[in-house]
Amino acid sequence: MEIFDILVSASFWAAMVRIASPLIFATMGELICERAGVLNLGIEGIMVIGAFAGWMTVYAGFGLWAGVAVAMLAGMAFGALHGVLSVPFGLSQHVVGLGVTLLATSVAYFAYRLALPEVTSPPKIVPFQPFEVPILSQIPLVGPAFFAQTPMTYLAFAVVAVVALVLYRTPLGLALMAAGENPASVAAQGLSVTAIRMGAVIVGSGLMAVGGAFLTISAFSSFFFEMVNGRGWICIALVVFGGWKPGKALLGALLFAGFDAAQVRMQQTPLGAEVPYQVFLMMPYILSILALIVMSRRASVPAALMVPFNKGER
Amino acid sequence: MSQQRDEAQVVLRLEGITKRFGALTANDAISFDLRRGEVIALLGENGAGKTTLMNILFGHYTADAGRVEVFGRALPPGHPRAALAAGVGMVHQHFTLADNLTVLENILLGTRSLWRPGLGRAAARARVVQLSADFGLAVHPDARVGSLSVGERQRVEILKALYRDARILILDEPTAVLTPQEADALFETLRKAVGLGLSIIFISHKLHEVMAVSSRVLVLRHGRLVGQVATTETDRHQLAEMMVGAEVTMPRLAAAVPGPALLTLSQVCTPDQGAQPGLKHVDLALHAGQIVGLAGVSGNGQAALADLLAGLTRPASGGLHLAKAVPQDWSPRTALAAGIARIPEDRHKTGTIADFSLTENAILESYGEAPFSRRGWMNWAEAERFAKQIITTYDVRCPGPDTRIRLLSGGNMQKLILGRALEPGPRIILANQPVRGLDIGAVSYVHSRLVAARDSGASVLLISEDLDEIMGLADVIHVISEGRLSPGFGRGEMSPVQLGGWMAGQGFEVTNAA
Repeated sequence: MEIFDILVSASFWAAMVRIASPLIFATMGELICERAGVLNLGIEGIMVIGAFAGWMTVYAGFGLWAGVAVAMLAGMAFGALHGVLSVPFGLSQHVVGLGVTLLATSVAYFAYRLALPEVTSPPKIVPFQPFEVPILSQIPLVGPAFFAQTPMTYLAFAVVAVVALVLYRTPLGLALMAAGENPASVAAQGLSVTAIRMGAVIVGSGLMAVGGAFLTISAFSSFFFEMVNGRGWICIALVVFGGWKPGKALLGALLFAGFDAAQVRMQQTPLGAEVPYQVFLMMPYILSILALIVMSRRASVPAALMVPFNKGER
Repeated sequence: MSQQRDEAQVVLRLEGITKRFGALTANDAISFDLRRGEVIALLGENGAGKTTLMNILFGHYTADAGRVEVFGRALPPGHPRAALAAGVGMVHQHFTLADNLTVLENILLGTRSLWRPGLGRAAARARVVQLSADFGLAVHPDARVGSLSVGERQRVEILKALYRDARILILDEPTAVLTPQEADALFETLRKAVGLGLSIIFISHKLHEVMAVSSRVLVLRHGRLVGQVATTETDRHQLAEMMVGAEVTMPRLAAAVPGPALLTLSQVCTPDQGAQPGLKHVDLALHAGQIVGLAGVSGNGQAALADLLAGLTRPASGGLHLAKAVPQDWSPRTALAAGIARIPEDRHKTGTIADFSLTENAILESYGEAPFSRRGWMNWAEAERFAKQIITTYDVRCPGPDTRIRLLSGGNMQKLILGRALEPGPRIILANQPVRGLDIGAVSYVHSRLVAARDSGASVLLISEDLDEIMGLADVIHVISEGRLSPGFGRGEMSPVQLGGWMAGQGFEVTNAA
């Protein structure tokens, strides 16, 4: 009964889309990297640096969109580091990715402490405000969910469309997918596998950082430690869940966010008084694992994922 | 006058191409011309420098000296895009296709500037369909490449080159991966291409193909161009001599004296594996001191028989007897324990582990047994001694036992597998396509080793799609067709035409009714 009440409440659907937004940006970023053949485990740290850089820019007095831009540039910088180590140098992508995550996270925390040495409670900024699309936002349930969100959420959905279009409808997308499947096919056409993979990692990392920035300048209004809290790792799973396809990955992000929004509300029901709240916290992860098992059975991994390409090696 | 016309017809000219890899000179001052509408065969053993030369021509490598001219203009070295733009198309030995994309998408890859929006799919599709029809390259443009057969993939590679308006096609050992039928279809396509004014460089080490398709043959040996002859003025024997630098003799076999049956199958059936037919009521006996040849068109149940004998599958019905005993639990372990040695069909995928050393690969099948391990501890010194022994006995050319096996040529890799299989003195040898893709020298070496094993009392099952190989070596020939096995024919009992009839499935009905 309570579950039914939750499902018909507008706030649940709105929360689902809001929670999904940062995941959508970062999942698209990871998807681009993996389609080109690079597993980017730097995602968690790049989201942290994005969250910090975006917030810091706005806190310093610049506009909210400037915050998004700076977050993206910061993400691209760490993406470039990941790219150089994993693509031309061909180092282990696991090690490089975890290294980037540790480095980016520490840099963000350290810079925060340098910039604000003496604050006890995190200072606030004025984040993005919801923009209600005329007429459409009046539709029951769908309206509040999809048409009364902040501009960054709309941007997230636009990013999915752009990624899908570029992947499937442009020469660039073809080359990118081929680089992740059989890099030799790209080299045989005289194209540079290195350039394509570097580009994918840099752009993908930029998107991850924007996902991080969503947390500090759209969802919340401050930056605090541990705020990314494993969302990057969830995005890695969402890419697998989506079978490396943008549309299905978007569905996966919404599904996970739906579980998350539901569990928060279930904690407040009479049931929540009897069951320890940790059980509810676990729910989205358990359900995601189950969904992953079902969905990723038939998914095909890019064949050259995590395989460095050295011209001339047999 | 005629000299001038010849000049005008030259589409490609190589002058003094030299390429060194360290101490090795892969190409030594090679010069030749290719004319319009001509098929040149580039013949040479593995490691003679054929592929290196073509990679220089295509811009994958940069030559240390020399120049390449296409249609009278010098090609900048080291730029595949320049070669493509000048009308040179290359079909690589290992296909350069992305499995997750469709045929059309693979063809389109790299044809448009990466920054242009849109693919122009409709127009491209029409053009691909037209090219397929013109050149007899049947393949569906919307099929996913991952689902295509090897022959179809090669057609996609050729279409890729044609789509880019290639006027010069380079094919690097195109038939190494094809069935005889697919190879014939390829030759037909090449004839059409030549008729339309294209020029072709055909790299091969199979003499009969070279004789069939080329108008001129260039022979490379140790990086040098050692001969250039018109195909009509030469024969297979002379070409073989030019290739290896010595006269080649086919092994002449004394008739075998068969011993007792070591393994018999009676009325064995196995289930179909997808498109691969299973065995249908197969009777087969492998006798000591005998080579049994299994002829047949690829995909007619050879895989099912090989898997069964290797212990990978069990008979669904019927009996498998080992020297009269029925094995309790048929598995690769028991097959190995019963003295069955395997030379797998695909030496890269199932025969070796590419990034393991020669030593590790040498003990892949026996690492769990003495002397290579005792009480759960590896004895690497013993393993290395074994690897060294194979390297010397079987003439594996390599820097040493620690080398990763992926760095070896196909022939040397096969020699290691051969040594691994034969050295323990097996009773039954399962040789599945043992010489596919090997050069003449390696082929005759592998054959002589198999014959030596036979003479020392082993039973050899030779599976091959090359009828010449079967007829040359086998004491008894069975033909397999759609999982059915023909009766055994003695040496010289059947003509190639008669065997061809069985391969096409004729004659089986009578046998089954009986």
